[in-house]
Amino acid sequence: MWTWLLLALDAAHLRGASYSDARLMHLRQRDLTTKNGQVGTLSQSDSIGIGIRALANGAWGFASTDRLTKEGVAACAAQAVSIAKASALAKRSEVVMAPEQSYIDSWQSPFRKDPFEIPLEKQLSLLLGADDAMRRVKGVTLTETDMQFRKIDSWFASSIGSRIHQRKVISGCGIAATSFQGEEIQKRSYPNSFGGQHTLQGYELIESLDLLRNAPIIAEEAAALHSASQCPEKTGTLILGGSQLGLQIHESIGHPIELDRVLGQEANFAGTSFLTLDQLNKLKYASSIVNVVADARLDHGPGLGTFAYDDEGVPAQCTDIIKDGQFRGYLSNRETAHLVGLNRSSGTMRTESWNRLPIIRMTNVSLLPGAWDFDNLIADTPDGILMETNRSWSIDDRRYQFQFSTEIGWEIKGGKKVRMLKNPSYSGITTEFWNSCDAICKLDHWNLWGTPNCGKGQPMQTMGTGHGASPARFRNVRIGTAFSNQ
Amino acid sequence: MKSPAKSRKASSEKKARAAELLPERELRRIVATVLRLARSIGAEETEIHVDEVADNLTRFANNAIHQNVAEQGLTVSIRTVVDGRTARATTNRIEEDSLRATIEASLSLAHSQPKDPRVLPMPAKHRYPRVNRFVKQTAALTAEERARAVRLACDLAIKKGQVAAGIFASGQSQSAIGNSRGLFAAYRETHAEFSITMQQDPAASWAKANSADVRAFEPQKLAARASEKAHLAVNARELPPGRYTVILEPAAVLDLVGFLFYDFAATALEDKRSCLNDRMGTPLFGKNITITDDAYHPLQQGAPFDGEGLPRQRVLLVDRGIPKNLVYSRAAAKAARKSPTGHGFALPNEYGEAPMNLVFTGGDSSLEKMIASTDRGLLVTRLWYIREVDPYEKVMTGMTRDGLFLVENGRVTTAVRNFRFNQSLIEMLQNVELLGPAVRATGEEAFEMVVPAMKVHNFHFSEVTKF
Repeated sequence: MWTWLLLALDAAHLRGASYSDARLMHLRQRDLTTKNGQVGTLSQSDSIGIGIRALANGAWGFASTDRLTKEGVAACAAQAVSIAKASALAKRSEVVMAPEQSYIDSWQSPFRKDPFEIPLEKQLSLLLGADDAMRRVKGVTLTETDMQFRKIDSWFASSIGSRIHQRKVISGCGIAATSFQGEEIQKRSYPNSFGGQHTLQGYELIESLDLLRNAPIIAEEAAALHSASQCPEKTGTLILGGSQLGLQIHESIGHPIELDRVLGQEANFAGTSFLTLDQLNKLKYASSIVNVVADARLDHGPGLGTFAYDDEGVPAQCTDIIKDGQFRGYLSNRETAHLVGLNRSSGTMRTESWNRLPIIRMTNVSLLPGAWDFDNLIADTPDGILMETNRSWSIDDRRYQFQFSTEIGWEIKGGKKVRMLKNPSYSGITTEFWNSCDAICKLDHWNLWGTPNCGKGQPMQTMGTGHGASPARFRNVRIGTAFSNQ
Repeated sequence: MKSPAKSRKASSEKKARAAELLPERELRRIVATVLRLARSIGAEETEIHVDEVADNLTRFANNAIHQNVAEQGLTVSIRTVVDGRTARATTNRIEEDSLRATIEASLSLAHSQPKDPRVLPMPAKHRYPRVNRFVKQTAALTAEERARAVRLACDLAIKKGQVAAGIFASGQSQSAIGNSRGLFAAYRETHAEFSITMQQDPAASWAKANSADVRAFEPQKLAARASEKAHLAVNARELPPGRYTVILEPAAVLDLVGFLFYDFAATALEDKRSCLNDRMGTPLFGKNITITDDAYHPLQQGAPFDGEGLPRQRVLLVDRGIPKNLVYSRAAAKAARKSPTGHGFALPNEYGEAPMNLVFTGGDSSLEKMIASTDRGLLVTRLWYIREVDPYEKVMTGMTRDGLFLVENGRVTTAVRNFRFNQSLIEMLQNVELLGPAVRATGEEAFEMVVPAMKVHNFHFSEVTKF
């Protein structure tokens, strides 16, 4: 592998690149799904190729190819330089990169059971068992299960001398029961919606989920939602379950802190951010009990945003994003760090594959645990609604105004969960919402949720991000708007 | 016979820098190689998809190019059937050892599952209507040409005191499918796209075009349109949420109605997750709504065959407000005792099929006519972050973006702060007052379709944001 990478760097240098880096990646993926007791998707894929990024005449070019021959790699490097020179036709300033050391290293994400070594029959048997358990529940009209496994090898070399190999093993799994009755479709998912839970782990993740015990529970909830009361429309107290709070963090903290958005580089597509540079260290983003970090280190947990080095060769770091409620940091790369007064990238350049340019991405953007026991939090809430498991999500292109709905809600009266609510939703303005947070549950309830489907960039890239969260309470939240006046 | 790998290598040596797709004979050779290997390994039936892309995308922001990429890649995806079981494995390496390993992986996956009574024999040869969507001028577009066009757009922004961001993309792709019953089909197309956001603090506006033919749009005209609208969008007024008459430009229509496409899948109805369950054959939308799936429409793109190699058929989905027909994969058709329509996804999958070439019948009202006929309403340039809130009533939420304008007494009077909407698509398509000519629309939430601008009454905006 290193032969191709060194050839790419040499070819880029000969063509006039002042800096270049290259990633050779081998991606393996297995997808299994079932639907209504039958196997749905059963596939695996294998992809290998090289992506070369070159800086020439003060501008960037990137080219990728799966033609791993001497001629193919050299041509790809030449194309990257040629594209960089074309970029220079429409540049306004020279690219300046923050200094970084070179590293020679090899790293593998820890896992106990290689999912690719687990017999397929065993994997399918588990999914079909969960599928069957859901279908046994009266009123359930559609059952779905899925597992996804990925093994990604990445070899990175740069013209400053870095040579880094990383291997990541990622597992994911989820189940869902849907019930159609009358004029209503209701759905419950476990352990999360839209594909379940995904982490940087092996098959041990799947074994920890206890699908067979949870399958009938969510199936019965899906059927019961039809006779539940409609979530009321009001302004009131909201408690969010951990997985929904993870997505809330993703959309209303994770994306706004991406420095490429802040600087307008995503203005045409993913949007910009209300977190303009003048807000750093000044904005009271949240209440004083809120602490958020972007932490790519393994110490934070096996999240989808965990790695040893980013795809620009910068070591994984932990960055304070919100400290005691104050806005403290952005996600940066080597090109943008100096614009916020940093002398080093925060290490967040990530790429989906060998054929995509690394861009600034969330790592594990997590809300640190608070002090509350979950039962005490419920007991401390005279009147509120607990919402769990995301159903829909939307936020404006500057990340101010959001609306989420969840699969299920629970009315809390007098410190107790008293009844199920259907079609729950809430909405708000990002900073008002986070400043209304008055309770966060403790580490016992904290989980590092995986969001495997974050889309950004052009051409589009899908990236996995991690979000640690425990249930938390918010006051004076607008509830029920999504279903009002319909 | 030369191995596919050798042929490909020779091709790359001949013209290393140019984006060059393999000739069809090489695709046939890959298919033939896989079929030969699969027979020798013991596959009862084999299907091969070969897909190749050569794409380029120049991205600009802050009035300069900041990302500029080229991508070349080919995948070979192999589905085998053995003893009533099927599975798929995919590789991007085409030397024989890799192809053999991929066939073995496919067989291993297939063997691991219970027998599936829904697995059908693979289809035999078909004839396909010819479509020509490969434009050599698009394929030949260079990074320098894209950069010069971007430079002109950025110069306009600077001249107007604005900031430009966007993309200029061009590329070519091809797909071939072959199977062990002798079916073979191949298709290639080019694609070009220019999208631009002009920012005039604190406002922005946007214009975008997409075509197989790069000559079908003029980047400078799109830049000028976005620039003019951005200028109009400053000093936005805040209006209260509520129900408004809206004039939706084609991109806004597309990104909403695009969420309807899977509801027309027979499998979606079988699974009871379509909004058309219990609603087929009865008036659902206004009488002015007619929707067809038509892969052969001159403004459409995409292959004339589906994931199993069946020819795509034109299907009338909605006739004057009444949902009339669904699309069927072979398996869904067999289950429903219907004929397949050529809309199946590559097997195996759990979703079945979907219409991918929606065409709405348009009208003759220009945007100007719609504005002139409106006493009070909102002109919507574009929508953003649209998600489904209620799958049966088809309530969608999302935001307006990049230019929302108040229309009063037949003319645009001021810019308006962006709204969140929560709107049933079913209700919306009951409330369409006027339709513009159907055009190839392009947005960010749905794939390109042929849709008109629409004037719609009683559109529900639920909340307002801060800009």
